[in-house]
Amino acid sequence: MEAELREKAKELLGSGEIGVVIGFGWNKRKTRTTPVFITKAEDTDKLVFNAYCVNNLSVYLTRKYPDVKAMGKAAIVAKGCDIKNLAVMIAEGQFKRDDTYIIGMTCSGVGYKQELIEANGGELKPEIMPVKCHNCDVRNPHISDAVIGETTDFTPPEEPVGMVFDKIKQIEAMDAKGRFGFWEEHFSRCIKCYACRQVCSLCYCDRCITDKNTPQWIDSSAHARGNFSWNLVRAMHLTGRCTFCGECERACPVNIPLNVINKKMAVVMEDAFDHRSGYDPEVHPPMIVFDIENDKEEFIK
Amino acid sequence: MSEELKKVATGFEPKIMAFVCNWCTYAGADLAGTSRMEYKDNVRIIKLPCTGRIDPLFIIKAFENGADGVLVSGCHPGDCHYTTGNYHARRRWRAFKNLMDFTGIDETRLQFSWVSASEALKWVDLINKVTTQVKAAGPFIEYQGLSEKYDDGLGELPAETEGESKEC
Repeated sequence: MEAELREKAKELLGSGEIGVVIGFGWNKRKTRTTPVFITKAEDTDKLVFNAYCVNNLSVYLTRKYPDVKAMGKAAIVAKGCDIKNLAVMIAEGQFKRDDTYIIGMTCSGVGYKQELIEANGGELKPEIMPVKCHNCDVRNPHISDAVIGETTDFTPPEEPVGMVFDKIKQIEAMDAKGRFGFWEEHFSRCIKCYACRQVCSLCYCDRCITDKNTPQWIDSSAHARGNFSWNLVRAMHLTGRCTFCGECERACPVNIPLNVINKKMAVVMEDAFDHRSGYDPEVHPPMIVFDIENDKEEFIK
Repeated sequence: MSEELKKVATGFEPKIMAFVCNWCTYAGADLAGTSRMEYKDNVRIIKLPCTGRIDPLFIIKAFENGADGVLVSGCHPGDCHYTTGNYHARRRWRAFKNLMDFTGIDETRLQFSWVSASEALKWVDLINKVTTQVKAAGPFIEYQGLSEKYDDGLGELPAETEGESKEC
């Protein structure tokens, strides 16, 4: 698989069509993978692909990284879940489909965090895989220019399973005070480092609402009261767009269960508007369109 | 509930923020006023051009600055002055309502409504209903209490932010 990937990268860079291949490479001790930006054909041996390849590299194609854009047309090594983000970015006009070469990787799951795989001796086992991998329906890349690796015949369970779904049910069973208390406990830990925003390929605004200070919409101190507004706004801005790649929760230094709130909103969007983000770059995100006839309004009195 | 809070609760008059659109609900509220209809004075109205202009952040900010309840209202579907603003709002509200519900701010504190320019009676009923409802629910101590509960002397909101809601 890796040999095939390197061969493909070499071919792309050699043709002169591609300026940079964004992929995964080892760190010095081979205990983590780290993003690599290959611009020369002879460097393609740095590329690797394995269970450590947790990161969603699509973030490097956003406007947050103009220096990557300056390297020329990019080819990106992407798992199915990363391609979902690319699909949303294309749907939102961040770049055209032809502007990026997608090297789709067939995937048999990655770890929830790289340190967990390392602790398990470099082996991946189901217990350390994130919820998205257990319910993955894009292990064979759904949008790509080239597919690397053998086709897998993994079929996700009909009813999605995993801790996130259990947690959603558990929270929904609480009363309003209980739900508020649950999130208060988590949000009050937030240190406003904005790692969740930086790591997200769909949080690509040039100026985030938190950075605007006339007026100061989101309180800049990491106080529980202002933390609510940040975390709620982040969730709201990703509603109908989030592909549940799980990067925000992985990046969160204080372990706020952001996956739970993101998944909850994804479920709401699916129930209300029959929309699942990241599957079709031709479909608009549900929050920017409307349906006069079919949008229900039973909650509007 | 502590004794002190009970005392607060007994003489409690809720603060309710109403985010309304200029063309329908505000005109409806205006009609209620010019028709000399009486309704609960707990409501503070903020007029916006359209329901499509109502950013969910406004609502969060209202709660953050001490509102006990929030009401959002605009033109009935099909009546939007800007043709489609309320259709967009309707979608956004569905998402936002669910988000707020999931984080413990349920429909007792956050209400959505359509009130047209001629529905002064509906506006009066709505305000009375929402006021009673929020009064029964009591002050929103969970949110408002966050300031003191997590006060480490570092995380105080600047004074002018505190005052924002009082002006309206």
